[in-house]
Amino acid sequence: MPQKLGYLDCLSSGTPVVTLSCGPLPPQIRVKPDNTAVVTDGVKHSMNPFCEIAVEEAVKLKEKKLIKEVVAVSCGPQQAQFFDSDFCLTQETIRTALAMGADRGIHVEVSGKDYETLGPLQVSKIMAALAKKEDAQLVILGKQAIDDDCNQTGQMTAALLDWPQGTFASEVTLEGDKVKVVREIDGGLETIKINTPAVVTADLRLNTPRYATLPNIMKAKKKKIANVKPADLGVDLTSRLEVLRVDEPPQRQAGMKVETVEDLVCKLKETGRV
Amino acid sequence: TMANPLRAEVVRLYKNVCFSSRAAPQLLYLGREYPKGADYFRDRLRAAFTKNKCVQDPEKIKEMIARGEFVARELEALYYLRKYRAMKKRYYEE
Repeated sequence: MPQKLGYLDCLSSGTPVVTLSCGPLPPQIRVKPDNTAVVTDGVKHSMNPFCEIAVEEAVKLKEKKLIKEVVAVSCGPQQAQFFDSDFCLTQETIRTALAMGADRGIHVEVSGKDYETLGPLQVSKIMAALAKKEDAQLVILGKQAIDDDCNQTGQMTAALLDWPQGTFASEVTLEGDKVKVVREIDGGLETIKINTPAVVTADLRLNTPRYATLPNIMKAKKKKIANVKPADLGVDLTSRLEVLRVDEPPQRQAGMKVETVEDLVCKLKETGRV
Repeated sequence: TMANPLRAEVVRLYKNVCFSSRAAPQLLYLGREYPKGADYFRDRLRAAFTKNKCVQDPEKIKEMIARGEFVARELEALYYLRKYRAMKKRYYEE
């Protein structure tokens, strides 16, 4: 599925946002009848939440005058993706980042079958190529996209560039030519210091992303978005994965009420759990 | 050319529209993701602005614009909390 992309920022082109809508008819995630994928037509999409946090962090660093320029990158089709929409999702995602404070955008054109099979490997190849081309010092991405939950793009990008990485960042501090990253890990927090250039992936508590207000979105229309093709970057998008099947999670069984603790222990023994 | 009294009327109307229309598009934009639906929000927003469209007192208008800006900030906070809580619930065991 469309992956989050980062450069000095990170965006997701097409992460379905479903649980966030609380309208009268909350959209359900449905699996296509042929079990090949999740239905994305008509599902409201927006920037991956972890990518919003990444954008916010980059903009914050620029506001503190610690970095010169923030470039937002996203990969996706040039045209509208869905039949019932007349806007380009990738462009809109980049514009949101520009409205939040990024200086310019890069739209990497990926469409059709390439877009369907776009995953962390392909995105990280694109990111690595762009990072070299733009002479970036810091690549910030969301830790994972909420549609595929891969949590791989940042790590792969760092590996391809042979750069150090600070993943699951809940705090980022630039100290000269090094970056101090406080990471959220199982069991607590880990603080590391890495050299730049480096890759950082944003975790939930890194910051509170600002809302892209209408006046800022209007102003952002003046900012430039460059169009780039993966071939121009020398990137091969061939996927090495084949999705065999997509299934919905098993239906939740109805619970049982018991009157006493003895009943509970009885039932647990019956079902072989004790 | 317009008669004098009418001209004053038009200027007043323009100012009112001007004041209200400055804030309205931003609020309308924010209302897209309102939990009860964008339409619900838009109808309530329109009703609120229509109810007050005859207000002339510039002090009162300023007050209302301030209230509108307060609502805008409340909406931003609502959206952020909703998203934060959804992510926290989904990914983090507490």
